[in-house]
Amino acid sequence: MTVETKLPFDKDYIEQFSKDRNEPQWMKSLRLNALELANTLDMPKPDKTKIGNWNFSNFKHEFSEGDAVSSVKDLPKELQAYFDEENTAENLLIQRNHSVAYNTLNEDLKNKGVIFTDIFTAMNDHSDLVEKYYMKDAVSVDQNRLTALHTALMNGGIFIYIPKNVHVEAPLQAIFWQEDAQTALFNHVLLVAEEGSALTYVENYISHNDEQQTVANVITEVFAHDNAQVAYGAVDNFAAGTTTYINRRGVAHRDAKINWALGQMNDGNTVSENITYLIGDNSKSEAKAVTVGRGKQTQNFTSSIRQYGKATDGYILQRGVMKGSATTIFNAIGKIEHGGSKSNSEQESRVLMLSEKARGDANPILLIDEDDVTAGHAASVGRVDPLQMYYLMSRGLKKEEAERLVIHGFLDPVVSQIPIESVRKQLTQVIERKVN
Amino acid sequence: MSGSVLEIKNLHVSIEDKEILKGVNLTIKGGEFHAIMGPNGTGKSTLASAIMGHPKYEVTEGSILLDGEDVLEMEVDERARAGLFLAMQYPSEISGVTTSDFLRSAINARREEGDEVSLMKFIKQLDKDLDFLEIDQSMATRYLNEGFSGGEKKRNEILQLMQLKPAIAILDEIDSGLDIDALKVVSNGINKMRNDNFGCLIITHYQRLLNYITPDFVHVMMQGRVVKSGGPELAKRLEAEGYEWIKEELGIEDETVEQNA
Repeated sequence: MTVETKLPFDKDYIEQFSKDRNEPQWMKSLRLNALELANTLDMPKPDKTKIGNWNFSNFKHEFSEGDAVSSVKDLPKELQAYFDEENTAENLLIQRNHSVAYNTLNEDLKNKGVIFTDIFTAMNDHSDLVEKYYMKDAVSVDQNRLTALHTALMNGGIFIYIPKNVHVEAPLQAIFWQEDAQTALFNHVLLVAEEGSALTYVENYISHNDEQQTVANVITEVFAHDNAQVAYGAVDNFAAGTTTYINRRGVAHRDAKINWALGQMNDGNTVSENITYLIGDNSKSEAKAVTVGRGKQTQNFTSSIRQYGKATDGYILQRGVMKGSATTIFNAIGKIEHGGSKSNSEQESRVLMLSEKARGDANPILLIDEDDVTAGHAASVGRVDPLQMYYLMSRGLKKEEAERLVIHGFLDPVVSQIPIESVRKQLTQVIERKVN
Repeated sequence: MSGSVLEIKNLHVSIEDKEILKGVNLTIKGGEFHAIMGPNGTGKSTLASAIMGHPKYEVTEGSILLDGEDVLEMEVDERARAGLFLAMQYPSEISGVTTSDFLRSAINARREEGDEVSLMKFIKQLDKDLDFLEIDQSMATRYLNEGFSGGEKKRNEILQLMQLKPAIAILDEIDSGLDIDALKVVSNGINKMRNDNFGCLIITHYQRLLNYITPDFVHVMMQGRVVKSGGPELAKRLEAEGYEWIKEELGIEDETVEQNA
C-alpha cells in the first residue's frame, strides 16, 4: 500500500482557517511554516511498530462546531458517566468537536488569575503567554511529520495557566468529545504552572466512529516551574476508526513535580509518547500508564523520563492487558544525562496476555551518562497465573469473574492514581468493557 | 438437612505421571471433625488438592462424592459453590484486589443475581470476624495475601472459612508457621464453626493443633493410603511415640511416596 505524501491542505486553506479563528499573526506564520515542514519531514518511527500503512491522511479537517449545552444534564447518557452526578466538577470544560460546549471555572480561581479556556480564546486574550510556550521547549514543530502537521492543522484544545503560588484544590476537568465521526481532532493542551503553584488536571477523549476512518493528532505540553506540582490524569477513549498519534510532554524545573496517570483505552491503532524532562535540580516525575488492547489494534507506547537536573527522581510504571489479536509494544526509557548526579531512575513494565494470538512486548531501556546515580528496571510479559485462578475459583468465583479480578488487580496500580473518582470509575468501566 | 457427606472412594491421584495416592477411602459427615496425620511426603496435601481440583493433580481412579454428586465432574468453582472449601498451605497473592472486595465477590458468587449481600451487612460481619481472629482491620483493604506474613495468610484463610461457611472444609497444614498465640486464635475460629452442618478435615503433621481442636476421628496416612484410623487417643499416642510403631505394625519401611527418600 502506498502512502499519500502530498497533503490535501494548501497554504490558502491554512491562511483562511487561521483567519476564520481570528488568530494572531505569530500563529498564522507558525502554521504556514509547519505546513511546509510537514511535506518534508519523516513520519515518527516508533520502536518495533511499523506505521507506514496506518491512516494518517484520510480525514476531514474543517472546523466542526458542536452545540453548546447549558448544563451537563443535557449531555447524552454515555457522557454522563464522566461526571459525578451530585458533584459535577466545578472547573469543567467540554469541547464538542472543535468548539466549547460548556465551560465553568470557580470565581475565586478566576480572581486569582487562573486561566482555563479553549486554545482559540486563549490565543486572543493571552497571545503573549501562549506564544511563549506553544510548540517550543516541550514539543518542537520539526520533531516529525506528525508534530508539524499538528502545528499546521491544530483545530482544538485548551490553555491552562496557574499563577505563582496559587494552589488549585479542586481538579480541573476537560472532556474532548469528538461527536462528528469523520472530522479529525488536532487537539492541543497547553498547561503552565507557575512557580510554587499546584493543580490536578484530568482529561477524557471520547469518540464513537467504529466504522468511519479518521485521525486524532494530540499534543500536550506541560510546564511546571520551580516548585510547582502538577498531577495529570487522562482517559483516552477514541473509537476503532480513529488512528491516534498522541504526544504528551512535560518540563519540570527546580523542585517541581509532574505526575502522569494515563488510561490509554483507544480502540484504534495508536502511537503514544509520554516524555518528561526533569531539567531542574530535585525535580520529580511519576509516569504511570495502562492499556487494554483488543481486536486487531496495534499500539505503541513510549514512556520516557529524561533527567538533566541533580538529585532528580523518575519512575515509570506501565501495565497492559492484551486480548484478541492485539499487538502492543511498551518502551520504557529512563535516561540520566551527564551532570544529573544523585538522581534515581526506576521503571516497571508488565504485560498480561489473555489470548494466544495477542502479541506484547515490554522493552526496558536505561541510558545513564552519570556515575553517581541509582537506577532499576523490571519488565515481564506473561499469562494469568493458573494457581491464582485456582485459588480464586476455589472460593466459588466463576472463571470469568476470577479472571476479571486478576485483570483489575493487575491494572490497579495505575487506575487508582486517576485523580477524579468519577473518571476512575469510568476508566474501570471501560476496562471492563474492553476485557469482556 | 443435617449436614453434607463427602465420600472418597479408592482414590488414585498422579502428578506428572507419578502416582501419589494409591487408593484412599474416607467419609466425612456434617458435624464431624477428622484429622489426617502422617509424616511429610505421604500424600496428605495431595489428597486436599485433589478434592478441590488443583490443575496439576490428575485423578486416575476412584471417586469423590459430595451428597451423592460427582465432585470430579465439577470445575473448581462448582466444587466451592457445592460446599467445599480448602484452606491452602500456600495461598496465592492477588495483587490489586483487596481482601474485602475479594470476599464480597466470593460471598456473592454463592448467591443469586439480585440477591447480593448488602454492603452494610457484609462490613458488619467482616468486622466481627476480623475481631474474633484478632486481625487488624487494615487487612480488609490490603491486597489479598500480598506481603502478608505466614501467620497473616493462615488467619486470612480462616477468615475466609468463617465468611463463606462451607459444608465441608479441608484445612491443609493450617498450623504450620504459627506461634502458639496465633495457633490458639486460628483454632478458636475453627471451633466456632463446629455444628451439625459443618464437617472438617484437618491435615497436620503435628499433634499440637489437636490440643486445641479435638477431632472425632484421626487417620494416619502412609504410602498414599490411609493406613490406620482411630479416635483422638490415636493422636495422643502418635505425639508420645511417633510413627515408628505403626510402620513396624504394618511392616512399612519407607512411608513416603512423593520423594524417593
